[in-house]
Amino acid sequence: MSLSRSLTDVTRIPGVRGALVVSRDDGLVVADALMEGVDGQAVAALAASLAGRMRGVTTVLGQPEPVLLMLGGTEGLLLLAPGPSGLLLVAVAGPEVNVAELRLGILAAAGTAY
Amino acid sequence: MRAIERWVEPPLQTFLAESAARVTLLMTSSGQVVAQHGFTRSLDVMSAAALGAGILASTAELARIMGARPLDAVVHQGSAVGMYLAGFDTPRGRWLGLVVFGQETSLGLVQMFFARLVSDLARAAPAEEPPRQVLAEDFEDELNSSLRTLFGR
Repeated sequence: MSLSRSLTDVTRIPGVRGALVVSRDDGLVVADALMEGVDGQAVAALAASLAGRMRGVTTVLGQPEPVLLMLGGTEGLLLLAPGPSGLLLVAVAGPEVNVAELRLGILAAAGTAY
Repeated sequence: MRAIERWVEPPLQTFLAESAARVTLLMTSSGQVVAQHGFTRSLDVMSAAALGAGILASTAELARIMGARPLDAVVHQGSAVGMYLAGFDTPRGRWLGLVVFGQETSLGLVQMFFARLVSDLARAAPAEEPPRQVLAEDFEDELNSSLRTLFGR
């Protein structure tokens, strides 16, 4: 699946304000599809940092790397799914999004659905 | 962290705390050091400033030859540490920033917080003072004073 196809599949879900493919090591944007007003560079940097920290936590706990991370806020949520080749698929969504649908969508797009 | 001009300290302190950079050097485009964090020897900071200014000058010239706009930033990524070198405009003229970072942070975070540092510096800069005449007899005193400020001795 191409990167743009992955992004399209995620942004098609109602309530999603944008999706990005991020380099996990660098926190840089590889590809994005964002609504106006979403700072892709900041989302990418912070999402990669968050994923790195959580990877560290699970390593310390002797557990496998998480397949999905969700950070909820009062005005929306951020979902991260580590994908292949050191990439990270990130979705930014408003509070109105159907979380279950987004969860399935981002896991499928990241190629880690199970 | 040490700075020649006190107003640079709060924005730089915030940048250091947020980006987790190991070494940071702010300088003018001619290589004159404005502030530094992480260096312990004056020789190192002077060499780094001169080399950083030289690298950006070289890339600017390369861009000119290629008919492109001057490049804003240069990144060297190693296996253990990376280096981010960028030029930016301030109310005090064009400055350069050199940031060395390790695996505890990422290039994305450094880039993002550096952009915030640039805007914080623009807000914090006091109104420009009239240029002072630098006399030859004052030069050594001023240089020593700057070195004391930067290295605390």
